[in-house]
Amino acid sequence: MSDPDPTPTEPTPAPDPEAYELTINGRTRAVPSAWLGESLLYVLRERLGLPGAKNACEQGECGSCSLYLDGLLVNSCCVLAADATDARIDTVEGLADGDQLTDVQQAFLDAGAVQCGFCIPGLITTVHDLLDRTPTPSQLEVREAISGNLCRCTGYGRILQAVEDVRAQREAAR
Amino acid sequence: MPIDRPTDLDAALASLSDVPSAHLLAGGTDAMVEITFDQRRPEHIVALRRIPELRGYRVDDDELTFGAMLTYTQVERELASTAPGLAMAARTVGSPQIRNTGTIGGNLGTASPAGDTLPWLLALDARVELRSVRGSRELSLADFVTGPKRTAREPDELITAVRVPRVEGPQHVAKLGPRNAMVISVAMAAVIVDTTNRRVRAAFGSVGPRPIRASDAEQQVSDAIDWDALTCPDDAIVHFADACAEASQPISDHRSTADYRRHAVAVLAARSLRRCLAA
Amino acid sequence: MSSASTTTRDRVRDGLGQDADRPDGTPKVTGGFAFSSDLHARGMLWGRTLRSPHPSARIVSIDTSAAEAMAGVTTVVTAADVPGKATYGLEHADQPVFASEVVRYQGEPIAAVAAEHPELAVRALEAIEVEYEVLDPVTDPEHAMAAAAPIHPDGNVVRHLPLRHGDVEATGEVVVEGTYEVGMQDQAFMGPESGLAIPADDGGVELYMSTQWLHVDRDQVAACLALPPDQVRMTLAGVGGAFGAREDVSLQVHVCLLALRTGRPVKMLYSREESFFGHVHRHPARMWFRHHADRDGQLVKVEARLVLDGGAYASTSSAVIANAVCFAGGPYRVPNAQIHGYAVRTNNPPCGAMRGFGVVQACYGHESQMDKLADALGMDPVELRLKNALKPGDTLLTGQVITGTAPVREVIEAAVAHPLPPEPSDDDPALALPGGAGLTAERGDVRRGVGFGVSIKNLMFSEGFDDYSTAGVLLELDGHGQAIATVHCASAEVGQGFVTLAQQITRERLGVDQVMLRPADTAIGSAGSSSASRQTWMSGGAVELACDAVREALFERAVARRDLALDDADHPLFDLRDGHVVEAGGSASIPLVDLLAEGPIERIEVHRHAPTDPLDEDGQGNAHVSFAFAAHRAVVDVDPDLGLIRVVQIATGQDVGRALNPRAVVGQIEGGIAQGVGLAVMEEIVIEDGKVRNPSFTDYLIPTALDMPEVLATVIEQPEPGAPFGAKGVGEPPTISSTPAVAAAVRAATGLALPRVPIHPEDIALTPARDG
Repeated sequence: MSDPDPTPTEPTPAPDPEAYELTINGRTRAVPSAWLGESLLYVLRERLGLPGAKNACEQGECGSCSLYLDGLLVNSCCVLAADATDARIDTVEGLADGDQLTDVQQAFLDAGAVQCGFCIPGLITTVHDLLDRTPTPSQLEVREAISGNLCRCTGYGRILQAVEDVRAQREAAR
Repeated sequence: MPIDRPTDLDAALASLSDVPSAHLLAGGTDAMVEITFDQRRPEHIVALRRIPELRGYRVDDDELTFGAMLTYTQVERELASTAPGLAMAARTVGSPQIRNTGTIGGNLGTASPAGDTLPWLLALDARVELRSVRGSRELSLADFVTGPKRTAREPDELITAVRVPRVEGPQHVAKLGPRNAMVISVAMAAVIVDTTNRRVRAAFGSVGPRPIRASDAEQQVSDAIDWDALTCPDDAIVHFADACAEASQPISDHRSTADYRRHAVAVLAARSLRRCLAA
Repeated sequence: MSSASTTTRDRVRDGLGQDADRPDGTPKVTGGFAFSSDLHARGMLWGRTLRSPHPSARIVSIDTSAAEAMAGVTTVVTAADVPGKATYGLEHADQPVFASEVVRYQGEPIAAVAAEHPELAVRALEAIEVEYEVLDPVTDPEHAMAAAAPIHPDGNVVRHLPLRHGDVEATGEVVVEGTYEVGMQDQAFMGPESGLAIPADDGGVELYMSTQWLHVDRDQVAACLALPPDQVRMTLAGVGGAFGAREDVSLQVHVCLLALRTGRPVKMLYSREESFFGHVHRHPARMWFRHHADRDGQLVKVEARLVLDGGAYASTSSAVIANAVCFAGGPYRVPNAQIHGYAVRTNNPPCGAMRGFGVVQACYGHESQMDKLADALGMDPVELRLKNALKPGDTLLTGQVITGTAPVREVIEAAVAHPLPPEPSDDDPALALPGGAGLTAERGDVRRGVGFGVSIKNLMFSEGFDDYSTAGVLLELDGHGQAIATVHCASAEVGQGFVTLAQQITRERLGVDQVMLRPADTAIGSAGSSSASRQTWMSGGAVELACDAVREALFERAVARRDLALDDADHPLFDLRDGHVVEAGGSASIPLVDLLAEGPIERIEVHRHAPTDPLDEDGQGNAHVSFAFAAHRAVVDVDPDLGLIRVVQIATGQDVGRALNPRAVVGQIEGGIAQGVGLAVMEEIVIEDGKVRNPSFTDYLIPTALDMPEVLATVIEQPEPGAPFGAKGVGEPPTISSTPAVAAAVRAATGLALPRVPIHPEDIALTPARDG
């Protein structure tokens, strides 16, 4: 098995758009020949070898594909890739600094928030967004902020614990 | 070139004039689902993300103007005191992720019977501004939405803004669904006790092919309210609720039943009015 | 780090009983973990499945020529292209790989295509012309049982299981009766079905797949492809949750067939919509119960008639109905019983395994009955349950005596010992009320209720099934001369944490820090299914056996080193501690690394649980291995006028035997409760005339973070005799009795009978309240 070929030669369904470039995690990536209808989620996963955003529903109902578009938390399944050409795209793959996990990632592990893990990249991006905007959220605010991220394994209990742990750590560090 | 990414309104209108069959892409929260699930195969897309004229909102003395590309998150965060009912509605749309991209113009353009901002806009006699290279026109929301997911927009027209009069007085928007977040409404109510014009305004979503205005109910209860004290006899509130239910045209589907929806309209109408009067 | 970071002589770092970290944790939080949907191969094609839009039809003709002629479409396959067995199935091979003459449910596969792009594959499906003669679907199981013409040649009653226990004529002074229904629930795992098949040089195929049971998949795929099993080599790809839905074959045969036909790698990935048609669901149930008790509340007899709608194909219906029947009495002493269970074939979507497996449905019925009985007796519902609670040595409805632990009293007492949530207050934020962000209610519109549920669940496979697991452990020196253990087991990691446990067991038994895991694959023997709360016991036991065999080999080397005679029975004179083989009394020790310098040690062991018997014609027999118990107390807020529910708190006591990873146990409990809450208040696949009306996450609703209550959990640790490390499986019990507890709480808040779950808003808002 391999990463996707960056210059696929396969025929794509009509109509073809012009080739375009995307700026992902600070790097410019070429998308040479994609079908117009491809979502950002699809292009990241299947053309650019960035499968961190997950495809659980592809209709904006689960949050598994969450990433940042010009700093805004969005579902990448609802973004047309060809319309994201001049946007800053930041994915879960860009969060950790090499082997150094973010505090949110580490807290998810320590709190036992990870089971199957399919929803976790989306939740990690969502929780970073929340805590950057609202450093000391109430538990109800946390629940509302992650209400667009479905998890089927955990019942959210350990996830809420992880968020609380990060909140407390950041507060203690201030 | 099957995708246009205009950076100003004139360029967008020109694109649309060249290819009237083009698919308009605003926040993408409806359009992308249709494309991904092969309900729509656009040959040409005009993307609206980069057009400054469509962004933002304007607060005038007598009128509020919302740009078509105003997102739900902006409404929720920036208009909570100026347009409280719209902010309440915006907060119920999808998830935070959806609210960051979904737009008022998109809600209008999709014209779903369950569109979350539509009841409030309808209750305020909103006017939809449409522009094309041919010129611009304004339609009342009631005329703009012609049926479920159908509008009076001509193929070369763009929704540029929606306007409502500024009114004083309490307002409440309630959205009913079987989950506490991220749910399509089973019934939705917008009630505005408009003290500027001394009339109650009430409209409902998901209980008919289009958002429904309960005009008779509004009239009756407006007559019953003591506008100086902002009180209303209880039986008038009950009558109002029943009249709202009477005005609704719900159907049974996989989300709920017509009977329940009609019942819910009455409950939401009464509660929303009571909350307004108690505020 | 919350886990212990120090090593002591008595406690192995991240050994058993500790909150060991997941070995797959870091890649799962960075986005680097490879789920099956993330796989990619050079030259890969995309497969898609054509499915029937009709629940019942005769196929008149299929014309694939237009699809085959499309640019970028590599192949189209139908039933005619299946080289081997035309059907598959877990218990009965009754399900066609592709329907050829008859369609028996909406969504049944008709054909599959492979194309260069997923969108091209979709367009190819649209170009396949299928002419159907549409038939009226049989959708009511009662009608199906009586139908003259069966839906399937095997007949419409998949299994009728009668159970007669004690004196079936016995009667009680107090009798309560009720009919209950459970809707069709979906497992709704987050990672849709997906797999990558790569044709191999030997004519076989490599399949990377998210599944629950590699070997049973392999055998079914091999039979349908007419290949020897060793030419179908399966490797577990990252699994995005399972909950029973991956026990049956979905795309496995299709994707392998496409890869073999095209000679190229093929990936299949279901959309969420297709996923709703691509896997089995939880059986909907209609259940009648009559409970007899004496005036003191002692249960005298349970009568029941349980009908489960299995949909079009058998799947695991036979075992599901057995569970429903065997545990229809609940975790109580019931001296007499007469029960009839039916698993019935209809033209509805096929149903099979889901967490709780037949006991969920029965538990909703018997717990509703226990509340009704308490009401009739004027007795506290908790007291009634305690009075009848099973204990070790008691006899089940099947005549089986409980020889293991049965802390039913303890789980009930633990659940009710938790503090209740604060009383409702006008200061409660609106977001916390029923309706949430919709702002539909104020505190004055809301009533609170409390309810209970208690459950019994069998662990592992029952009724004489040869249930086993295989594990290999290799102990050797790494490149730095340090001891490293490698575990090989085909147990499917579906999120539950078996990979963590395998490391914990190996660290504990071999005393080494470094434990690697080989990918789960079919290069080793079967580990059985990751279902039935069985992998901790079965594969945990297999890893333990393999570790112990490696220890034995080490001790033999130590004996040879020390020039000692072998002790007769085993080697009680040795122990493994701190990286040394130590002689009893501590007189001498040999470093492990010295012994491993002689070469690696590898052992493969098979672990079986104690054998079980089939049920006889009266449903009697020692059919089960072990039992786990749980109790739930639910607190709900209900808005009766709108029928909206907010679950405020769930308190639980759960019998776990021994918590081998307490943090992971809590995760299982909270996650299981979420699925139980979902079934109680929102989750249902809506079927109309055999057609699914809500195959999406827009309309099939699962709980969000704003729907899940606070969970207060107490685990009851009474080591189970015969269980590896005394541990019981923990995955299923939380799902089972949380549903009736929530339903009971809603009844308490509303005074309504509510004989069906999920409880829909209209069930509350449009039902007149009972008098008094």
